[in-house]
Amino acid sequence: MDITKNTVKHVSHLARIDLCDKELDKLAVQLKSILDFIDKLKELDVKDVNAASHILPLNNVFREDTLSESLPLEETLKNAPQKNDKFFGVPKVIE
Amino acid sequence: MEIYKLTSHELSVKLNEKAFTHTDVVAAIESRIKSIDPKVKAYVRFNGFAGQNELPAGIPVSIKDNICTKGVLTECCSKILQGFNPPYNATVIDKLSGAGFMALPVKTNMDEFAFGSSTENSCFGRTNNPWDTDCVPGGSSGGSAAAVAADEAIMALGSDTGGSIRQPASFCGVVGMKPTYGRVSRYGLIAFASSLDQIGPITKDTRDSAILLNAISGYDPLDSTSVNAEVPDYTKSLTGDIKGIKVGIPKEYFVSGIDPEIKNIIEEAVNKLRAIGAANKEVSLPHTEYAVPVYYIIATAEASSNLARFDGVQYGWRSNGPEGLIDLYKRTREEGFGEEAKRRIILGTFALSHGYYDAYYLRALKVRTLIKNDFDNVFKEFDCIVTPTSPTAAFKAGEKTTDPLKMYLSDIFTISANLAGIPAISIPCGFTKAGLPVGLQILAKPFDEGLLLRIAHAYEQNTPWHKMRPEI
Amino acid sequence: MEYVAVIGLEVHLHLKTKTKAFCGCSTEFGSQPNTQVCPVCLGFPGSLPVLNKKAFDYAIKTGLALNCKVQNFTKFDRKNYFYPDLPKNYQISQYDLPLATKGYLDIEVEGKIKRIGITRVHMEEDAGKLIHKENCSLVDFNRAGVPLLEIVSEPDINSPLEAYEYLSTLKSILEYLEVSDCDMEKGSLRCDANVSIRPKGETTLGTKTELKNMNSFKGVRDALDYEIKRQSEALNRNEKISQETRLWDAKTMVSVPMRTKEGAQDYRYFPEPDLPPFLVSDEQILGLKNEIPELPTEKMLRFIKEYGLSEYDAKVLTSDKKFAYITEERIKKYPSANKKPVVNWSIGPVLETAAASKMEPADLIIPGGDDEFIKLIKLAEDGQISNLVAKSVFNESLKANKLATQIIREKNLFQISDESSLEKLADEVIKGNPGPVQDFKSGKTNAIMFLVGQLMKKSGGKANPKVVQDVLRRRLTDV
Repeated sequence: MDITKNTVKHVSHLARIDLCDKELDKLAVQLKSILDFIDKLKELDVKDVNAASHILPLNNVFREDTLSESLPLEETLKNAPQKNDKFFGVPKVIE
Repeated sequence: MEIYKLTSHELSVKLNEKAFTHTDVVAAIESRIKSIDPKVKAYVRFNGFAGQNELPAGIPVSIKDNICTKGVLTECCSKILQGFNPPYNATVIDKLSGAGFMALPVKTNMDEFAFGSSTENSCFGRTNNPWDTDCVPGGSSGGSAAAVAADEAIMALGSDTGGSIRQPASFCGVVGMKPTYGRVSRYGLIAFASSLDQIGPITKDTRDSAILLNAISGYDPLDSTSVNAEVPDYTKSLTGDIKGIKVGIPKEYFVSGIDPEIKNIIEEAVNKLRAIGAANKEVSLPHTEYAVPVYYIIATAEASSNLARFDGVQYGWRSNGPEGLIDLYKRTREEGFGEEAKRRIILGTFALSHGYYDAYYLRALKVRTLIKNDFDNVFKEFDCIVTPTSPTAAFKAGEKTTDPLKMYLSDIFTISANLAGIPAISIPCGFTKAGLPVGLQILAKPFDEGLLLRIAHAYEQNTPWHKMRPEI
Repeated sequence: MEYVAVIGLEVHLHLKTKTKAFCGCSTEFGSQPNTQVCPVCLGFPGSLPVLNKKAFDYAIKTGLALNCKVQNFTKFDRKNYFYPDLPKNYQISQYDLPLATKGYLDIEVEGKIKRIGITRVHMEEDAGKLIHKENCSLVDFNRAGVPLLEIVSEPDINSPLEAYEYLSTLKSILEYLEVSDCDMEKGSLRCDANVSIRPKGETTLGTKTELKNMNSFKGVRDALDYEIKRQSEALNRNEKISQETRLWDAKTMVSVPMRTKEGAQDYRYFPEPDLPPFLVSDEQILGLKNEIPELPTEKMLRFIKEYGLSEYDAKVLTSDKKFAYITEERIKKYPSANKKPVVNWSIGPVLETAAASKMEPADLIIPGGDDEFIKLIKLAEDGQISNLVAKSVFNESLKANKLATQIIREKNLFQISDESSLEKLADEVIKGNPGPVQDFKSGKTNAIMFLVGQLMKKSGGKANPKVVQDVLRRRLTDV
């Protein structure tokens, strides 16, 4: 698998991680070697194999529509880096 | 009497006899941590238990830093969760207190977000192997395993996504079990890879493993992937009798990369199992070599999504003076995540990204099915499978940190159990010439933890390994 | 040049469950910020989702009511993107296996039925709410995790009016199902539109734009009107339409492109590992189908057939489920075969009074209930009181919370139909108004209406105008 610095840059934007040039270069090399190793999977013919999105033979797990207790406001906000009154605060979002 | 050396079943007897009190047990653990942990560094943020509110009575259990305890910092050993104080308990924590245990209000060290096999990727620095402090304790539950091995803990909880309980148990000479996926609730376990993660016990012997598994197992209405099936009393499995048990020895685990010394020790252990009544035969798990590549796609893909929530909005680290929202995200995550975390997030994001999903993620899910089928086939004929837990004993700190792929391959024997969702246990089975412990891994069908414990216990009854403790 | 608009609508609606999609927090609207939240809907680390059974059943019912094929196997997926109102920075949604597909909705536009295809119906969780301040934005997660249904139409809609009818028809079906409040102002129904235009007669599709931020059905219609005009004018000037998302401003009646560049989003969908898949058996589907009540169109057709209503009357009566129900009850109780008076009263005074007092017509409380209401209508039909009197009695009864029959009795409002007493009054009126009498006699027959009015006045409004007219005519020709 050919993985370029630009690919890593694009992916790091998708993942919202700021990486400097040096890190991008290093990661491109490392990812290439990891993906080369992973490319081993291409040896296998998986055309007729089901994808194991869930490994347990489990389905239809529900809860009833009954109320449970919500958190007290101070517990909700106690870990917040920025709180404004009863809200979480973030830099101004421009739509 | 050195209380801290006891197992929980030994403690229960003594507590019943009123030889000492619960307070004495906690005090013994506290002073043991104070004297030994500067060398082992199994715990993080330890400040003694004084000043803690009155601790409830119960046999103390040490908790990995990725399992939420209400009112106790839980940071996954990551800067990005700095100061995170969960307003809720993980289900296992509530189950512990309901079963006569007490979660210690301090957490054990781990690789950041459980990303690693050596406990070197922690924002608090590495944990040392009590058998040789130049060596790693394994990972990612290295803190829990080292604490139990060094008698700084009576018993501990770890989490296992690709071997994170079994490999450190093996490196530290203790018993570590990964239960069947769905046996133990994941609610409150800070997710690494949701389809692979499972909480499990790390203990000094198999009886304690059964006791702790009894306490934490069972259906949880808060976890859709926990299975609503009866939980047997696992201590009843410890019969000492394994006559006629059919053991499969997968040939693929004895070829590439395995240290000859380890191979010999495992072969001796298999002989011992046969000597006490088991019947063994070579079997094949043909897709074994694909387990690591499948794992590093599925685990990182899920992780990239699970870790998206760490963005500096609701909790944890936030970058100072960001220029707008995207900058807040990008800098917070750049500063908050360690190198391995970033590498895995990037790899996982890539595997899910447009144009690569089918070639990587979807293909990995399909090969996961093939790996599961391998096990299903063997279990049609055999009761269990026995392998080494790790291809090597504990390695030197720093030895594999520069080459991520080399580090990933140290999980080569443990990963398959997570991919197949089956239970597996690692028990001590000998020592290398360098005096480092070696672990024997036993795998069984889903929900056959009782059988695992029965075999492990019978082996333990006939060997001295679990009684060995490091001099530290 | 003449253009044809091609419109597809994406409707998001809140399912009317007590609790959120994946946790037990309340879905109530309008509470204090961040008070209806828990570790699950806040996406706190370690928390896990568990699906609300009722929300899932509601979703399936809606799919069935929209004539969709409900899938026997469905699952949830994660849609990954970063936004501060999204607690986990992914949304639990459905991607390649939505719970229902390939349905349709019949709408009526200018007297013609048109079938609009439904591409898919899927479930997902709502995000929180952002409030923008001068220097920062504030996040309220009360709405985060509220169960949403996304209903995507085929691009079968060709005019703003059709879009409006589609939404109205959809809303009335959803209200009949009682699965959603469909209140655009409260955000329990939101609608985005994809619009493109192409020259009439051509088949190649134009570049489409996405319209957001409409907060009423009328807003959707206005925004579409504006957008179709904007695109047509641009094409007439040989300009290219750029693919963009535009925000509608209901105050200025103008849409503007969104400032944030979305680019090609890469949502990195993958199966939600925290939720095992869902199998829906044919028996379950049938069971839910049986729970679906009579829908508006069926009810309308039945009203026409059973009670002989006009199509217009039947449509008005069935547009609101509860009102249709109580009206039908009244129709059934009404003692004569001709049901028209009840229908007229329901569409007339009842709807008018409800509208004037801004109430749901079904919530209008009539003192004495249906029995009194029916008595009043019957008295008017039998001519014992005049229609005019009946209406004022109805209004007074509601205002004073007094039985209609009591008012009639107390005020002695029964009509005078007794001819001998009316003859006396008629003679007085004829004597007192020689001018109009002369007019009538000289052929201006309309002059009788003036005399009728005078007689009504003398009787205090109680005289039966029909009888009055007969008596007057007789006395005028006799004398």
